[in-house]
Amino acid sequence: MPLEDYTIVIGLEVHSELMTKSKLFCGCSTSFGSEANSQVCPVCLGLPGTLPVLNKKAVEFAVRAGLALDCNIATFSKFDRKNYFYPDLPKAFQVSQYDIPICQKGHVDFIVNGEKKTVGVTRVHLEEEAGKSVHSGATISTSDFSLEDYNRCGIPLIEIVSEPDMRSPEEARIYMETLRNILRYAEVSDCKMEEGSLRCDANISLMPKGATKFGTRTEIKNMNSFRAVQKALEYEAIRQAACLDRGEKIVQETRTWDDAAGVTLPMRSKEEAHDYRYFPEPDLVPIVLTTEYIDKIKNDLPELPVAKFHRYITEYALPEYDADLISANKDLATYFEAVLENYKDAKVVSNWLMGEFMRLLNEHEVEITDVKVKPKDLAKLFELQDKGTISSKIAKTVFEEMFISGKDPETVVKEKGLVQISDVSEIEKIVADVIKNNPDPVAQYLEGKEKVLGFLVGQVMKFSKGKANPQMANDYLKKALAELK
Amino acid sequence: MSIIDKKTVEHVANLARLYLTDAEKEDMTEILNKILDFEQKLAGLNTDGVKPMAHAVPLENVMRDDTVEESLSVREAFLNAPCEAEGFFKVPRIVEKD
Ligand SMILES: [Zn+2]
Repeated sequence: MPLEDYTIVIGLEVHSELMTKSKLFCGCSTSFGSEANSQVCPVCLGLPGTLPVLNKKAVEFAVRAGLALDCNIATFSKFDRKNYFYPDLPKAFQVSQYDIPICQKGHVDFIVNGEKKTVGVTRVHLEEEAGKSVHSGATISTSDFSLEDYNRCGIPLIEIVSEPDMRSPEEARIYMETLRNILRYAEVSDCKMEEGSLRCDANISLMPKGATKFGTRTEIKNMNSFRAVQKALEYEAIRQAACLDRGEKIVQETRTWDDAAGVTLPMRSKEEAHDYRYFPEPDLVPIVLTTEYIDKIKNDLPELPVAKFHRYITEYALPEYDADLISANKDLATYFEAVLENYKDAKVVSNWLMGEFMRLLNEHEVEITDVKVKPKDLAKLFELQDKGTISSKIAKTVFEEMFISGKDPETVVKEKGLVQISDVSEIEKIVADVIKNNPDPVAQYLEGKEKVLGFLVGQVMKFSKGKANPQMANDYLKKALAELK
Repeated sequence: MSIIDKKTVEHVANLARLYLTDAEKEDMTEILNKILDFEQKLAGLNTDGVKPMAHAVPLENVMRDDTVEESLSVREAFLNAPCEAEGFFKVPRIVEKD
């Protein structure tokens, strides 16, 4: 039967590196891009006789993340060892949290196709990052040896486990994007998927529409972008539906997403690989948090995207679309609010940010935080437009110059001679020239084809290099033409 | 009562990458069963009113500030490594050949 007759069930396990300066259990730096194995010590190399000491900031960040996801924060939690042999894990166990995670029972809310969706967060726990393997061959199975860099090993991570609440690959992608926005707002992770500081594994299964018992699931790994999350899950849903239609059983297995080929492939793993034999980590003592400590972190949390979204609608009367787009991006929201400190009309600002601003950001590949235009200068540009000093068309030219040079709008207008022509005699002169140079359209207008006026106004604007006041151009053109009748 | 048989010992040894002789396996079966027997005794004790412990030492919140300390030099990092290549720890093939 077609895919539409199945219900797709998706749950995600998301890993996010925390923005601490030092690692979870040792003082090695967490900075990205250093020489291989230059940020390692006896603790994170797992040398015998060493003892881990927990990073206070990592605990705070995990609590912040949990609160931002509306979780219950455990006043008592502990660490456990997850045992497995893999060369990126020099101790042969990962310090993680098994039965008592630091945060539980939260949720992530977002909008899909105009409908509100809530995805439950089962748990958030703290654990350590593994090292990075470079394989000698093209793939792990064709490599005779591998090279290990342990700089990343021991960086604090949170793992965020969702409930199997997502019903489409699109929902899974939007969940990931929303999660990234929240974690960035909470300032716990920079969430760069391309640097691996945000990653996800997905569990996906199908069941016939109307059924309540989930089908056998597969786990998908190696999705390195938001787009890949959606693509991989779309592929896997179709693959599973085809299997079921052929009367085959879904094999519960881990599959890897091959982005170039656009397919998921089974990963080879030994049967024992999932026997992790968790046991309490004897080298670390429990984490006990007071309600005062938790409340303080809660009070220090910045306004989160959902709250901003609602405030933009009630306080600034923005349409939902604008409010959603701007509130989702922390940097954009910060910029938006800074412009509003000097300019009242929120809709003018949001239109500009979603239009010209975004266009130039993409064109010049600039991050919002690196934009040269000061928010107060953008406010000034709107004022010049309101006062009629420049036309809306010229405003775009001025903004482009501001974007490149960082100059304020008044300077740009002066330097480039972009002041709008509102001088009656000057406009009349241009109008006369346009009438003289366009005898045919003028004749048509005089015969009653009023639509031609638009063309003639356009000619006035073109002739004045966009500087003529459009309203005046329109008025004086009409007046001059009336006199010819 | 014997909970652990030789097969379980072989499984656990394999998970831990321990290579035991037959005699060692016999020996280990006996030792592990003795340990579990002792734990059975503990399980029979009355623990009403005793709070469960997460750790043998009565400590909590042993933490450090988030400050960067000096790491080993790259040269020092490899002093115990069986094999090094181009600044990396070189490890043998990870998955079996096709
Ligand atoms: Zn270290």
